[in-house]
Amino acid sequence: MRVTVTVNGSEETVDDVWEGESLLYMLRERMGLPGSKNACEQGECGSCTVYLDGVPACACLIAAGQVEGREVRTVEGLAGGERLDPVQEAFVEAGAVQCGFCTPGLIVQSHDLIGRNPAPTDAEIREALAGNLCRCTGYEKILDAVRLAARRKAAAR
Amino acid sequence: MDFLRPVTWEDALAAKAARPGALPLQGGTDVMVEINFDAVRPEALLDLTRVRELAEWDEADGRLRVGAGVPYARLIAELGDRLPGLAQAARTVGSPQIRNRGTVGGNLGAASPAGDGHPPLLAAGAVIEVESEARGVRMIPADGFFRGVKRNALEPDELIRAFWIVPAPGPQYFAKIGTRNAMVIAVCSFAVALHPDERRVGTGVGSAAPTPRRAPAAEEFAAAELDWDGRGPLSPAAARRFGELVAGAAAPIDDVRGTAAYRGHALAVLARRALTWAWNDHRAEGKEAV
Repeated sequence: MRVTVTVNGSEETVDDVWEGESLLYMLRERMGLPGSKNACEQGECGSCTVYLDGVPACACLIAAGQVEGREVRTVEGLAGGERLDPVQEAFVEAGAVQCGFCTPGLIVQSHDLIGRNPAPTDAEIREALAGNLCRCTGYEKILDAVRLAARRKAAAR
Repeated sequence: MDFLRPVTWEDALAAKAARPGALPLQGGTDVMVEINFDAVRPEALLDLTRVRELAEWDEADGRLRVGAGVPYARLIAELGDRLPGLAQAARTVGSPQIRNRGTVGGNLGAASPAGDGHPPLLAAGAVIEVESEARGVRMIPADGFFRGVKRNALEPDELIRAFWIVPAPGPQYFAKIGTRNAMVIAVCSFAVALHPDERRVGTGVGSAAPTPRRAPAAEEFAAAELDWDGRGPLSPAAARRFGELVAGAAAPIDDVRGTAAYRGHALAVLARRALTWAWNDHRAEGKEAV
């Protein structure tokens, strides 16, 4: 089937999409957007987190056909040109990236958290990131990165 | 496989009538897992996310009618004050990403014995509204909705439209056992709802029998035992007995998440605590009113 969807601000039409296909597969294998990672394919790990109509969700659990006419924003769509989003910068600076596999999902989920709640408590950060697994860092540097991004965002106001 | 995308409820019912083998798809948090892992290959997917009515709720004659497509995140944000038991259960579902997509309608459609939404619906006496093009609406009490492991009362041409539930007339609690505080399928779960106006206690037991179920003997015991007039304290012995009766209503099995013996023990503890919390809240409200 054909799916027409706005991805990172640009309307795209994709052909030959299988009816049982996930949004994640379509993004990675048909649209050249491999930022969202494919790991568990069951919503456990959060590595494929994207925005769908402004709400974060696991792309592996969205059928490609469900995004017809809707808006998707992936990790590739967060940076403004060459300039990283402040959440991305904070992850780099805080050393929150180790192997990097979970990073795109964590960045999208953190981006959503800080967008809704510019001064999250530690408990709120932990709750927001409860569906994103990282097997390298032990999470402490990730929490540092989210706190740093939130502070910067607050200071920039 | 076909991908059906009705935009109206009437079209959705017509599609289901024409294609009873079509698998309804809402948030995808169950269905897409099964497709990704090649566990199911339905002849068609029936995407219901475009049917606007399903994502709405309203209140009429003192009851809430909550569309089957309202995700957990919105239940918590918009109805958490009126449906505290269901909101507590919703907060334990998956992760934020899952709660943004998963729905009570999907939970009911999957009818897993471990579904977190089921015990609070049972405890509150919710009614499930289902509909077919041929026979119209059927109202099925939650109590009669679950028919077996992952089986519900739906006919092949029916879809779940909404659930009807009374805004909490008294305290409600949900408690669940799992290995961590997120992304957990319940080892066992329990919901209690006080109905002080009717001097009645509702219960729901999850993940400890082939279906979610009530614990009728525990409900009767608590209704008789609680001091509805004086709002006196609940004795530890009565709370314990309530827990035992709840555990007695279960029929758990040993599986990868826990043993039957552990589930029975844990249920008795959860039920004792949940009733104590609920009754203490009820007593505190009484004192505030005076």
